[in-house]
Amino acid sequence: MTDIRARNHPSYWTFVVHRVSGIALALFLPLHFWALGQALEGAPRLDAFLAWSAQPLVRLAEWGLVLALAAHLGGGLRVLALEFLPWRDWQKSLTAAAAAATLAVGLAFALAL
Amino acid sequence: MNSRARGETWLWIAQRASAAVLAVCVVVHLGTVIYAVRGGLTAAEILGRTRGSLGWLAFYALFVLAAAVHAPIGLRSVLAEWLGWRGPSRDAALLAFAVLLAALGMRAVLAVFA
Repeated sequence: MTDIRARNHPSYWTFVVHRVSGIALALFLPLHFWALGQALEGAPRLDAFLAWSAQPLVRLAEWGLVLALAAHLGGGLRVLALEFLPWRDWQKSLTAAAAAATLAVGLAFALAL
Repeated sequence: MNSRARGETWLWIAQRASAAVLAVCVVVHLGTVIYAVRGGLTAAEILGRTRGSLGWLAFYALFVLAAAVHAPIGLRSVLAEWLGWRGPSRDAALLAFAVLLAALGMRAVLAVFA
Protein backbone atom coordinates (compact mmCIF):
# COMPACT_ATOMS: atom_id res chain seq x y z
CA MET A 1 0.00 0.00 0.00
CA THR A 2 2.95 2.31 0.50
CA ASP A 3 4.19 1.74 -3.06
CA ILE A 4 4.08 5.23 -4.56
CA ARG A 5 3.53 3.77 -8.05
CA ALA A 6 0.19 2.35 -6.90
CA ARG A 7 -0.94 5.86 -6.02
CA ASN A 8 0.55 8.15 -8.60
CA HIS A 9 -2.24 8.05 -11.19
CA PRO A 10 -5.17 10.40 -12.03
CA SER A 11 -7.82 8.38 -10.15
CA TYR A 12 -5.79 8.47 -6.93
CA TRP A 13 -5.26 12.25 -7.16
CA THR A 14 -8.96 12.68 -7.93
CA PHE A 15 -9.69 10.78 -4.70
CA VAL A 16 -7.27 12.98 -2.70
CA VAL A 17 -8.78 16.19 -4.09
CA HIS A 18 -12.29 14.92 -3.33
CA ARG A 19 -11.37 13.99 0.23
CA VAL A 20 -9.38 17.13 1.10
CA SER A 21 -12.02 19.44 -0.45
CA GLY A 22 -14.73 17.57 1.47
CA ILE A 23 -12.90 18.00 4.79
CA ALA A 24 -12.36 21.72 4.10
CA LEU A 25 -16.04 22.22 3.26
CA ALA A 26 -17.24 20.29 6.33
CA LEU A 27 -15.05 22.43 8.62
CA PHE A 28 -16.11 25.64 6.87
CA LEU A 29 -19.88 24.99 7.05
CA PRO A 30 -20.41 25.81 10.77
CA LEU A 31 -18.50 29.12 10.28
CA HIS A 32 -20.50 29.91 7.14
CA PHE A 33 -23.82 29.30 8.93
CA TRP A 34 -22.69 31.26 11.99
CA ALA A 35 -21.70 34.24 9.80
CA LEU A 36 -25.06 34.29 8.00
CA GLY A 37 -26.79 34.04 11.38
CA GLN A 38 -25.36 37.51 12.11
CA ALA A 39 -28.30 38.80 10.06
CA LEU A 40 -30.53 37.92 13.04
CA GLU A 41 -29.02 40.92 14.77
CA GLY A 42 -29.78 43.22 11.86
CA ALA A 43 -28.28 44.22 8.51
CA PRO A 44 -25.54 46.48 10.05
CA ARG A 45 -24.14 43.48 11.92
CA LEU A 46 -24.00 41.43 8.72
CA ASP A 47 -22.40 44.38 6.90
CA ALA A 48 -19.73 44.60 9.61
CA PHE A 49 -18.90 40.94 9.02
CA LEU A 50 -18.87 41.44 5.23
CA ALA A 51 -16.46 44.39 5.65
CA TRP A 52 -14.17 42.15 7.69
CA SER A 53 -14.34 39.48 4.95
CA ALA A 54 -13.12 41.96 2.30
CA GLN A 55 -9.49 41.56 3.51
CA PRO A 56 -7.18 40.01 0.92
CA LEU A 57 -6.40 36.89 2.97
CA VAL A 58 -10.08 36.23 3.68
CA ARG A 59 -10.81 36.76 -0.03
CA LEU A 60 -8.12 34.23 -0.88
CA ALA A 61 -9.63 31.72 1.57
CA GLU A 62 -13.07 32.32 0.04
CA TRP A 63 -11.67 31.69 -3.41
CA GLY A 64 -10.13 28.43 -2.12
CA LEU A 65 -13.49 27.38 -0.68
CA VAL A 66 -15.35 28.13 -3.93
CA LEU A 67 -12.71 26.10 -5.74
CA ALA A 68 -13.09 23.29 -3.16
CA LEU A 69 -16.88 23.33 -3.65
CA ALA A 70 -16.53 23.15 -7.44
CA ALA A 71 -13.91 20.39 -7.14
CA HIS A 72 -16.06 18.39 -4.72
CA LEU A 73 -19.07 18.79 -7.03
CA GLY A 74 -17.04 17.62 -10.03
CA GLY A 75 -15.51 14.71 -8.13
CA GLY A 76 -18.90 13.77 -6.66
CA LEU A 77 -20.60 13.72 -10.06
CA ARG A 78 -17.77 11.49 -11.25
CA VAL A 79 -18.37 9.06 -8.35
CA LEU A 80 -22.13 8.99 -9.03
CA ALA A 81 -21.50 8.40 -12.74
CA LEU A 82 -19.05 5.55 -12.05
CA GLU A 83 -21.40 3.87 -9.58
CA PHE A 84 -24.72 4.31 -11.34
CA LEU A 85 -23.91 4.50 -15.05
CA PRO A 86 -22.43 1.64 -17.08
CA TRP A 87 -19.75 3.60 -19.04
CA ARG A 88 -16.65 2.84 -16.99
CA ASP A 89 -14.26 3.32 -19.91
CA TRP A 90 -14.86 7.02 -19.48
CA GLN A 91 -13.17 7.15 -16.07
CA LYS A 92 -10.20 9.29 -17.12
CA SER A 93 -12.39 11.56 -19.22
CA LEU A 94 -14.57 12.12 -16.14
CA THR A 95 -11.53 13.11 -14.09
CA ALA A 96 -10.52 15.57 -16.80
CA ALA A 97 -14.08 16.93 -17.01
CA ALA A 98 -14.20 17.39 -13.22
CA ALA A 99 -10.87 19.24 -13.27
CA ALA A 100 -11.98 21.44 -16.18
CA ALA A 101 -15.28 22.34 -14.50
CA THR A 102 -13.40 23.20 -11.27
CA LEU A 103 -11.01 25.50 -13.13
CA ALA A 104 -13.86 27.18 -14.98
CA VAL A 105 -15.71 27.95 -11.73
CA GLY A 106 -12.50 29.11 -10.04
CA LEU A 107 -11.74 31.50 -12.90
CA ALA A 108 -15.30 32.81 -13.04
CA PHE A 109 -15.26 33.53 -9.30
CA ALA A 110 -11.80 35.14 -9.46
CA LEU A 111 -12.93 37.41 -12.29
CA ALA A 112 -16.16 38.32 -10.48
CA LEU A 113 -14.36 39.27 -7.25
CA MET B 1 -27.97 -9.16 6.66
CA ASN B 2 -27.04 -8.24 10.24
CA SER B 3 -28.02 -4.89 11.72
CA ARG B 4 -24.53 -3.43 11.37
CA ALA B 5 -24.35 -4.24 7.68
CA ARG B 6 -27.86 -2.88 7.25
CA GLY B 7 -26.79 0.35 8.93
CA GLU B 8 -23.79 0.68 6.60
CA THR B 9 -26.08 0.13 3.60
CA TRP B 10 -28.47 2.85 4.74
CA LEU B 11 -25.58 5.27 5.28
CA TRP B 12 -24.34 4.50 1.75
CA ILE B 13 -27.81 5.17 0.32
CA ALA B 14 -28.18 8.39 2.39
CA GLN B 15 -24.78 9.58 1.14
CA ARG B 16 -25.68 9.03 -2.55
CA ALA B 17 -29.20 10.45 -2.18
CA SER B 18 -27.92 13.57 -0.40
CA ALA B 19 -25.16 13.87 -3.03
CA ALA B 20 -27.75 13.90 -5.81
CA VAL B 21 -29.72 16.67 -4.04
CA LEU B 22 -26.51 18.60 -3.30
CA ALA B 23 -25.32 18.36 -6.92
CA VAL B 24 -28.32 20.43 -8.01
CA CYS B 25 -28.10 22.80 -5.00
CA VAL B 26 -24.36 23.41 -5.46
CA VAL B 27 -24.74 24.29 -9.15
CA VAL B 28 -27.41 26.86 -8.20
CA HIS B 29 -25.28 28.08 -5.25
CA LEU B 30 -22.10 28.52 -7.29
CA GLY B 31 -24.06 30.42 -9.93
CA THR B 32 -25.61 32.67 -7.25
CA VAL B 33 -22.25 33.24 -5.54
CA ILE B 34 -20.46 34.23 -8.76
CA TYR B 35 -23.36 36.52 -9.70
CA ALA B 36 -23.66 38.04 -6.19
CA VAL B 37 -19.98 38.86 -5.53
CA ARG B 38 -19.70 41.16 -8.56
CA GLY B 39 -19.23 44.65 -7.16
CA GLY B 40 -18.89 43.35 -3.59
CA LEU B 41 -21.36 41.82 -1.14
CA THR B 42 -23.69 43.92 0.99
CA ALA B 43 -26.25 42.87 3.58
CA ALA B 44 -28.91 44.88 1.70
CA GLU B 45 -28.21 42.97 -1.51
CA ILE B 46 -28.24 39.53 0.18
CA LEU B 47 -31.31 40.23 2.30
CA GLY B 48 -33.07 41.93 -0.61
CA ARG B 49 -32.88 38.63 -2.45
CA THR B 50 -33.80 36.30 0.41
CA ARG B 51 -36.17 38.19 2.77
CA GLY B 52 -39.73 36.98 2.39
CA SER B 53 -38.81 34.69 -0.49
CA LEU B 54 -40.45 31.29 0.06
CA GLY B 55 -38.57 29.93 -2.94
CA TRP B 56 -35.13 30.72 -1.46
CA LEU B 57 -36.35 29.56 1.99
CA ALA B 58 -37.31 26.15 0.59
CA PHE B 59 -34.12 25.93 -1.48
CA TYR B 60 -31.74 26.77 1.38
CA ALA B 61 -33.64 24.59 3.91
CA LEU B 62 -33.26 21.59 1.56
CA PHE B 63 -29.61 22.52 0.90
CA VAL B 64 -28.82 22.74 4.64
CA LEU B 65 -30.51 19.45 5.50
CA ALA B 66 -28.81 17.61 2.63
CA ALA B 67 -25.42 19.00 3.74
CA ALA B 68 -26.13 18.04 7.38
CA VAL B 69 -26.65 14.43 6.20
CA HIS B 70 -23.78 14.39 3.69
CA ALA B 71 -20.87 15.99 5.58
CA PRO B 72 -20.94 13.74 8.69
CA ILE B 73 -21.21 10.54 6.61
CA GLY B 74 -18.23 11.70 4.52
CA LEU B 75 -16.20 12.50 7.64
CA ARG B 76 -17.06 9.03 8.98
CA SER B 77 -14.84 7.39 6.36
CA VAL B 78 -12.11 10.00 6.79
CA LEU B 79 -11.99 9.46 10.58
CA ALA B 80 -11.81 5.67 10.13
CA GLU B 81 -9.24 5.61 7.33
CA TRP B 82 -6.97 8.51 8.27
CA LEU B 83 -7.30 8.65 12.08
CA GLY B 84 -8.32 5.06 12.87
CA TRP B 85 -11.34 6.34 14.83
CA ARG B 86 -14.22 3.83 14.57
CA GLY B 87 -17.07 2.60 16.73
CA PRO B 88 -19.85 4.17 18.78
CA SER B 89 -17.81 7.15 20.07
CA ARG B 90 -17.06 8.29 16.51
CA ASP B 91 -20.68 7.83 15.43
CA ALA B 92 -21.97 9.73 18.46
CA ALA B 93 -19.59 12.63 17.72
CA LEU B 94 -20.71 12.66 14.07
CA LEU B 95 -24.37 12.61 15.06
CA ALA B 96 -23.68 15.65 17.26
CA PHE B 97 -21.94 17.30 14.27
CA ALA B 98 -24.97 16.57 12.06
CA VAL B 99 -27.30 18.14 14.64
CA LEU B 100 -24.98 21.16 14.94
CA LEU B 101 -24.92 21.66 11.15
CA ALA B 102 -28.70 21.31 10.87
CA ALA B 103 -29.35 23.71 13.79
CA LEU B 104 -26.81 26.39 12.75
CA GLY B 105 -27.85 26.01 9.12
CA MET B 106 -31.58 26.40 9.75
CA ARG B 107 -30.83 29.36 12.03
CA ALA B 108 -28.92 31.00 9.15
CA VAL B 109 -31.73 30.21 6.68
CA LEU B 110 -34.30 31.83 8.99
CA ALA B 111 -31.95 34.78 9.66
CA VAL B 112 -31.85 35.75 5.97
CA PHE B 113 -35.56 34.98 5.39
CA ALA B 114 -37.25 36.73 8.31
